[in-house]
Amino acid sequence: MTIEIKTSTLEPVRNTFAHIERRFGDKPATRYQEATYDVASEINFHYKPLWQPEYELNDTGRTAIVMEDWYAFKDPRQFYYGSYVQMRAKQQEVAESNYSFFEKRNLARLIPDEIQRKVIRLLVPLRHVEQAANLNNVYGSSLGYGTAITQALLYNGMDRLGNAQYLSRIGLILDSNSGDALNEAKRYWMDDAIWQGVRSYCEANICVEDWFESFVAQDAILDGLIYELVYLQFDQWLADNGGQDFSMLTEFIQNWNKDTNRWVDAVVKIAAAESDANKQLLEQWIGTWKAKALEALAPLAEEMVGPEALAIAEDALVKRLNKAGLLK
Amino acid sequence: MAAKKLNIKDKYRLLTRDLDWDFSYEDRKQAFPYEEFEGIKITDWNKWEDPFRLTMDSYWKYQAEKEKKLYAIFDAFSQNNGHLNVVDSRYVNALKLFLTGVSPLEYQAYQGFAHVGRQFSGVGARVACQMQSLDELRHVQTQIHAMSHYNKFFDGFQEFSHMHDRVWYLSVPRSFFCDARSAGPFEFMVAIGFSFEYVLTNLLFVPFMSGAAHNGDMATVTFGFSAQSDEARHMTLGLEVIKFLLEQHEDNVPIVQKWIDKWFWRGTRLLTIVAMMMDYMLPNKVMSWKEAWEVYFEEAGGALFKDLARYGIRMPKYAETIEKEKEHISHQAWWTFYTHGHAAGFHTWIPSDKELDWLSAQYPDTFDKYYRPLWELAKEQEAKGERFYTSGLPQLCQTCQIPMLFTEMDNPNQNSMRDSVFEDERYHFCSDGCKDIFDEEPEKYVQSWLPVHQIFQGNCGGPGVEDVLSDYYKMNVGVDNMDIKGSPDEKRWNEWKGIA
Repeated sequence: MTIEIKTSTLEPVRNTFAHIERRFGDKPATRYQEATYDVASEINFHYKPLWQPEYELNDTGRTAIVMEDWYAFKDPRQFYYGSYVQMRAKQQEVAESNYSFFEKRNLARLIPDEIQRKVIRLLVPLRHVEQAANLNNVYGSSLGYGTAITQALLYNGMDRLGNAQYLSRIGLILDSNSGDALNEAKRYWMDDAIWQGVRSYCEANICVEDWFESFVAQDAILDGLIYELVYLQFDQWLADNGGQDFSMLTEFIQNWNKDTNRWVDAVVKIAAAESDANKQLLEQWIGTWKAKALEALAPLAEEMVGPEALAIAEDALVKRLNKAGLLK
Repeated sequence: MAAKKLNIKDKYRLLTRDLDWDFSYEDRKQAFPYEEFEGIKITDWNKWEDPFRLTMDSYWKYQAEKEKKLYAIFDAFSQNNGHLNVVDSRYVNALKLFLTGVSPLEYQAYQGFAHVGRQFSGVGARVACQMQSLDELRHVQTQIHAMSHYNKFFDGFQEFSHMHDRVWYLSVPRSFFCDARSAGPFEFMVAIGFSFEYVLTNLLFVPFMSGAAHNGDMATVTFGFSAQSDEARHMTLGLEVIKFLLEQHEDNVPIVQKWIDKWFWRGTRLLTIVAMMMDYMLPNKVMSWKEAWEVYFEEAGGALFKDLARYGIRMPKYAETIEKEKEHISHQAWWTFYTHGHAAGFHTWIPSDKELDWLSAQYPDTFDKYYRPLWELAKEQEAKGERFYTSGLPQLCQTCQIPMLFTEMDNPNQNSMRDSVFEDERYHFCSDGCKDIFDEEPEKYVQSWLPVHQIFQGNCGGPGVEDVLSDYYKMNVGVDNMDIKGSPDEKRWNEWKGIA
């Protein structure tokens, strides 16, 4: 049985904004469409930026990637601000209950000391990698072109700050809020030979000028490898070695990665499918940054899991890139 | 060992401020290259006081709650044809002005704050700017969604994005933000974070939202309430920026003062459209522009500048001129739009007799003397079936890009004109304030994309003005604009409301 409430229906004059109609036809539009397409200015910028007089304020020339339509980068998650924060709010609710469960029952006391030391040395310093990712994604958001990709880069940038904060809280749980574990982890980040390759990679990428290259080096390559290595393999290793409860604390980042990879893969695939020139450029960037990343992660992988770990992670990354039409 | 309880400040430091590190493998200046060219001296970013200490998990949580409520109202609004509850069809024109003129500024604010949120080398300032950037993206998107329903039932919303980049009067707000974004990161913060978001927001954002509240516009006013706590955060950031810059080094004081002078003047010029909206476009008035100016600038702003005096900051230059302007600008602006009503993206009209009386009461020193006679004349002509439209295109000020419609404030019969010569070329201005801004940075302002000049140079299609309006601006002339009387908007409204 259904019941029907009678409402007065008025015939609308039009279904959506004209620029949306030009793209998708005269029909009701989604909120994602109205919030995204053709919102950014395209012409008549008045003044050249004092800080980059060679470009317009919004300029497609800040990357060597060429797109006929920068709005081709449709987000498979269809995130606009409202759907983005509501999705993250749900995920953080789960994370919050995991963290408080862990803290309330003081699960850390059940974890062997050497495993705790290993987490402080190998997992907690990743908060600085997240910080680099925050900078790189916000960079793309501020200098990239077209709302479809720039809004997703901002969401990603803010996510990375969130990830950094969740990782920091693991440190605070282990050091009973003294901050000692975070300081120790930062010393590893700064001085321990095992981290210097990754730190050097992050510093280099923060200085990259081409925002799309920076996205590739961060979100596609480094994040792709770290996800496989740390949040899948190291997580499993911890589970097998008495540190299984840590999974409660990294679950947010794990799920976040799964979700975000869909977007990263879509961006890479769309850019590659646009032209051979894009494809070649992407493969060149991937070649350079993947080699660097593998070298940087090698000592960490060995220490986290074992000698085969990195090859497995690389294999998984290459499969993703193959699916996006690259390195075939 | 029992975990000690962290206070918010320590927790925020550990979770945010300590994420940064000193570079070993690259020059950090290469990562943050724009901090020095403006001459601002930062001796210690660690002195930055976080204006709010929100971690991302709390941010997501609070903002998602607000979004959920907001969109529930939007859904109910469109399901129940909420547009029928606005006071009359004239009101909707204020929203057209908002969507075409203001919402795209929120977008530029998102971009500008993302830029400084990447470029400041101090992590505390950076994160605060990033959050504001995300908020600004929220605002442009929720505004588009709030207006989406109106767009289905009224003309003049449909090309907001296209129009914003091109239309003559929209180049006023647009060039304002392009100016700020093309400046260095510290000037951007003084321009937008401080002058705009802190000093002037009660005169821009608030009047539109209060206008919505007074005129039965549930969608827009709900957005306004929902954005209030974001705006409060933005204001504390704006204030922190100014204090931080002034405390960092005494050499910053004259630079900051120069920027305050500039952006304050540019801001008040921009507010002309708000003044006109408040006095003429809202069927139910909130308060007069003059009163709003007195409450929000003269009183609130006066107290602020008293507070800043200890840093060596004085009231913005030309504050006295502006005090006189509050008596005039709304009338001069609406008259200009009325007479150029065929080239506007919304409808114009003659104020009703009741509204004319309200204006006389609100502006006892100027309205009857200078402006009422114009409207009486317009009424006579309209009665004769000779509604008046100006055929010419106005000259624009090189700096603020407003038509040269303003008069000398001590002599409202005399148009205010200034000029400067730069590289053998003469440039025209509406005021001393605008001339000063040009003279300070002529290389920048000679680049102004002045819509009227561009039309004359053939850069906007043509040959006739009608072709520019319909092809380059994508206006439906006679449908989206001209007088509200006889417009499709008015006809539909009367049908919906059963008005004969």
